[in-house]
Amino acid sequence: MTWPILSVVTFLPMLGAILIALMARGNSPMARGTSRWIALWTTVVTFAVSLLLIKHFDPASAEFQFVEKHDWLGVAAYHMGVDGISLPFVILTTALMPLCILASWTSVQKRVKEYMIAFLALETLMIGTFSALDLVLFYLFFEGGLIPMFLIIGVWGGPRRVYASFKFFLYTLLGSVLMLLAIMAMYWQAGTTDIAVLLHHGFPVGMQKWLWFAFFASFAVKMPMWPVHTWLPDAHVEAPTAGSVILAAILLKMGGYGFLRFSLPMFPDASHLFAPLVFTLSVVAIVYTSLVALMQEDVKKLIAYSSVAHMGFVTMGIFAATEQGVQGGIFQMISHGIVSGALFLCVGVVYDRMHTREIAAYGGLVNRMPIYAACFMVFTLANVGLPGTGGFVGEFLTMLGAFLFNTWIAIFAATGVILSAAYALFLYRRIIFGALVKPALQTIQDLSAREIAILAPLVVITILMGVYPKPVFDVTSASVANLVQQHKAAVAYDRAPPKLAQGGSK
Amino acid sequence: MNIQADLYVLSPELILAVGALVLLLVGALRGDRSTGLISWLSVALIVASAYMSLVVGNETAFNGAFIMDSFARFTKAVILWSSVGCVLMAEHFFRTEKNVRFELPVLILLATLGMSLMVSAANFIALYMGLELQSLALYVLAAFKRDSVRSSEAGLKYFVLGSLSSGMMLYGISLIYGFAGTMDFAGVAKVVAASGVGIGVLFGIVFLIAGLAFKISAVPFHMWTPDVYEGAPTPITAYLATASKVASFALVLRALLIPFPAAVHQWQQIIIFISVLSMGLGAFAAIGQTNIKRLMAYSSIGHMGYALLGLAAGTQMGVRGMLFYMAFYALTNLGVFACIQAMRRNGQAVENIDDLAGLARTRPRHAFALATMMLSLSGLPPLAGILAKSFIFLAAIEAHLYVLAAFGVLTSVVGAYYYLRIVKTMYFDEPAPAFDANMGWSLSLIATIGTAFSIFFVVNAGGLLDAANAAALALIK
Repeated sequence: MTWPILSVVTFLPMLGAILIALMARGNSPMARGTSRWIALWTTVVTFAVSLLLIKHFDPASAEFQFVEKHDWLGVAAYHMGVDGISLPFVILTTALMPLCILASWTSVQKRVKEYMIAFLALETLMIGTFSALDLVLFYLFFEGGLIPMFLIIGVWGGPRRVYASFKFFLYTLLGSVLMLLAIMAMYWQAGTTDIAVLLHHGFPVGMQKWLWFAFFASFAVKMPMWPVHTWLPDAHVEAPTAGSVILAAILLKMGGYGFLRFSLPMFPDASHLFAPLVFTLSVVAIVYTSLVALMQEDVKKLIAYSSVAHMGFVTMGIFAATEQGVQGGIFQMISHGIVSGALFLCVGVVYDRMHTREIAAYGGLVNRMPIYAACFMVFTLANVGLPGTGGFVGEFLTMLGAFLFNTWIAIFAATGVILSAAYALFLYRRIIFGALVKPALQTIQDLSAREIAILAPLVVITILMGVYPKPVFDVTSASVANLVQQHKAAVAYDRAPPKLAQGGSK
Repeated sequence: MNIQADLYVLSPELILAVGALVLLLVGALRGDRSTGLISWLSVALIVASAYMSLVVGNETAFNGAFIMDSFARFTKAVILWSSVGCVLMAEHFFRTEKNVRFELPVLILLATLGMSLMVSAANFIALYMGLELQSLALYVLAAFKRDSVRSSEAGLKYFVLGSLSSGMMLYGISLIYGFAGTMDFAGVAKVVAASGVGIGVLFGIVFLIAGLAFKISAVPFHMWTPDVYEGAPTPITAYLATASKVASFALVLRALLIPFPAAVHQWQQIIIFISVLSMGLGAFAAIGQTNIKRLMAYSSIGHMGYALLGLAAGTQMGVRGMLFYMAFYALTNLGVFACIQAMRRNGQAVENIDDLAGLARTRPRHAFALATMMLSLSGLPPLAGILAKSFIFLAAIEAHLYVLAAFGVLTSVVGAYYYLRIVKTMYFDEPAPAFDANMGWSLSLIATIGTAFSIFFVVNAGGLLDAANAAALALIK
């Protein structure tokens, strides 16, 4: 590659945002149209360019690719690059953004220009988070995403938007400032903030524990893990549809990505030591939040709680630190990104028509909205983890990974699968099936062409990921194998240091 | 000693001093109608002074009482920019208030002169002289809206408490002199290094820090800050918050690091103590404020706490972080106060946070500038504030002040709440009646520079960092 493809993908959306700021003046219908079209084109082009990343990606290599490095702050460098772990998330981001813009096409009428700018800025920050190879750069991107999301929830959100946006913001900030301190401690210990170097640094075991907790504070909130998940239902419920999609599909994945990129490889001993803690929290999350989801009266809240439960599988898989577990964790994140995003889009479809998220306000939609019912069913089943959909592969692999680690963990986690079937199908029955008796629903329209265009690709991908998951594994396998192997070696080394290598190893 | 060489080293200050006197004459002869001209000439004088301070090399004058080094140059650059901003803001403010007085720019010039002397002082007498020149001019400036009770009250409060602190400091200086037998920073350093930190010197240091802490409004000497900030005319508040703070901070650095490197363990404890209190109080007390100027007062108390963290580290990294922080703080605060000054409705200045409601819809650019700078002050990436804070915390971690650093980041999360509250008011709430349309080019310019700095600083931070680094090297090796 002669041109900096990764930087282009990262900053293209920002360019679009600037373009909107310059071109769309005032709040006329014309300005709104301009903003929408520029945003759509920017995200589509970004997606197209990001496909080049796949095309030129060498899946056999576990190294960072498309690497760019420039001097920047003295302490930190502008260092970008992707490997098999981060590339899927970059693609997930660029792929979902055009759909989010489309989903907001008619539902957002208030301050369209600012809305599109916030989304495009957010896209840059999200892609940057996944492709930064310097801790400082990573932190800037990671934290920077808070501002646009805060505005998206707070300006375009529901009735309790102020409460939700502050809760979201302060929870996440509190978690990540500790990470900032850990980054600095790492700098003084290792003399660099370069992620590629730090991956092989080997921190002293005593220090690892503190660093691990500091990073854990940040990622556990972001993920979110029980018991620091309470911001998520509020944020989801109040956010506009596209905001919920981004939140569920991508922002949550930053936590999992962080565990994979930092906690596991950089602090292997601490990860090993605290794995039981993570497993416990994961299993509690899976069982407890599934039960909570069963009781919800609000569609979005239900899906939000189900997200927490699904993320429990992810953390469980990652900290099992076996190839199956980690692969499963990544796959689960990707498939959950698509499925939960799609579910929120589905909720958005009926919300746009009825302006309520109460489950009780719906019922019998299949009579008037057959296409919608079909789409919703695919995503519901994927959410349950039915074989043949993307949801199955991830859950199966993470449980396989956990099973090797501890049977009890796997048994408890498996009950989550049953519970998820209960709440998801229960939700589906209450909304879609039954007689169409509610007077307000009598005239409800089925999906428009725009909505079909949004949901159809997601249906295809969901099923494709279930029946043919190989392309994803192809991309991730080399990096994951490398990660797991290094983790094992580091843990084994520190358990029983070989006599010959003492002092001379890194 | 060659007097000409000495005067050349002093030329940045001479320009200000002679210029201020000449402008005073011009004003006395031509009256208040010449205020516009005097303002512009003041700006020109400050720019000339800034130029000279860049041209003069690293020199000392008057037997080492006055020193020009990269540290002085860096802080002078920040102070002079803040002064230019404040002169422009004041000109706009009093013109719109229809209360034009030619003394105002002259007083700002004199205060600037005092600050300029402060940052170059290498001797306790020179230090005190510069400080008092600055303070006296500021007392008058704070009370400059003579027909306003609040402004008079602010001036009086500032004067009484300021005098008290000056007295304490003077007492401390006299103790130090009494026990060290010299006024020179370098001389004191030698004596303290040779004979250890005696009880007299220790008391001297305590009183010195108490006096200086008042000037930078660090807890527990912060009581005057909210009242004075609220009562003083907005451009003067901006001046107090930026130039005066930077100068006093430079003084804190030089007056502790040069004479008392041997007593670092003694003064470090005091600095840690006031740093923790300032960070805590700044974060929590600001939450309940309804007046934006009072809020900025508590915000500045908190920021002083963060900056002091760098001094608590007592390393070159820490000093660099502090200088960098002060530059960020001054630039951003100046922009914020320009935005606050532009809060006028039907010709009347309004200062409540509620008045900002829905500003994003009525005055989007005004709201964007203020929001960006508020978020930058709260330390959110990718704006400038996070880098400034990071360098402070980096120094604290290096010095193994882990608990202190953790306390700092946690209070900054609390602080984020009240900054966000302003953003929330502007962006989430239903619009209040719009502000007056014409912001004035000078306010726009200052706000734009603050905003642009907040946003684009992250792209290329190298220059300012290098300058701060060189400045830090002048104080601590």
